[in-house]
Amino acid sequence: MWQALRSELHAKGLEIVTVALDTGGPDTVRPHVEQAGAEHPSLIDSGHKLDELLGVVNVPSAVWIDESGMIVRGPETAYPGGGYESPKEAPPDASPRMREAIDVLSRLRVPKGYADAIRDWVDNSADSRFVLPPEEVISRSRPRTREVAEAAAAFELGQHLHIAGHAADAVKWFRRAHELQPDNWTYKRQAWNLLGPDQKSLDVYGGDWMTDVKKIGPENYYDPVPELEG
Amino acid sequence: MILSSSRLAPEELRRRTGWELKPEGLCRGDLCVPFRADDSDSVDLTKAAPRLGMPILHDEMHHLWALGPESEPGGRFLRSARFPDLVLPDLDGQPFSFSSLSGRKVVMVAWASW
Repeated sequence: MWQALRSELHAKGLEIVTVALDTGGPDTVRPHVEQAGAEHPSLIDSGHKLDELLGVVNVPSAVWIDESGMIVRGPETAYPGGGYESPKEAPPDASPRMREAIDVLSRLRVPKGYADAIRDWVDNSADSRFVLPPEEVISRSRPRTREVAEAAAAFELGQHLHIAGHAADAVKWFRRAHELQPDNWTYKRQAWNLLGPDQKSLDVYGGDWMTDVKKIGPENYYDPVPELEG
Repeated sequence: MILSSSRLAPEELRRRTGWELKPEGLCRGDLCVPFRADDSDSVDLTKAAPRLGMPILHDEMHHLWALGPESEPGGRFLRSARFPDLVLPDLDGQPFSFSSLSGRKVVMVAWASW
């Protein structure tokens, strides 16, 4: 997906940089990058620093940076394809669990036309209708509350302990981060994913993707992009 | 920022947060927050961090502290539209600086394997 866009637009002055929010590190990330045949820089952010610095809360999210290092669009939902392909109706023999999953997935709302927006920027630079003035980039960024700042510190402690081999002791800090910033999906999904095969995130953290997405409504899982249809 | 002590040498504090210990308090640029250090060789973060709007958490079992980012009432994640001076490792552990892409348009994509 991103590699195809990179091949198309690199000669026109665009670079793509992918950043994997993965506490698991290079071994977790490498197979995906190799499968994508990525020629662009592929980086790893094992501490989810992008959350703390920019306000990333979900993936995929993208930021546009112009030639002079200014952000012209802050973190927002970024699907480079025609949009997320929602699943068709459940097959007749589908289990109740599968029916529920298909129902939730089909109700996700993904902003469409993201790749065309990038093309428009590459062609028209500052005149592109998608380029935002600095004050709007700032005002559209998420509120940095005391709770959210503390969530970043708690996640960092959890991540540090997990990598140091203290997975069990990391749990309480991940849980604290989830409580302090409940709409941060990268903090949640990362912690759920780090559990062993015999542990259920519903038991350890009181949540899992399906449960939590149903709670907020699948329509609200991806933030809308004001200039794009969702 | 993970720390093994709740006390930081003033020089270390300045290097890592930009806040400098001066006679008038903790200062960054023209801004000074009143603060009196009880010891000129180190700053007690459990006292200083709340004055600077930074959370400080303590893991007693592992003797670790985590100093979080600054926040202020009504503040946003981005204080400026300038992309931060960010360096992240590539898959081989080599540091990559976003400033090396100056002069190009860049789309930075956050994704995950999970």
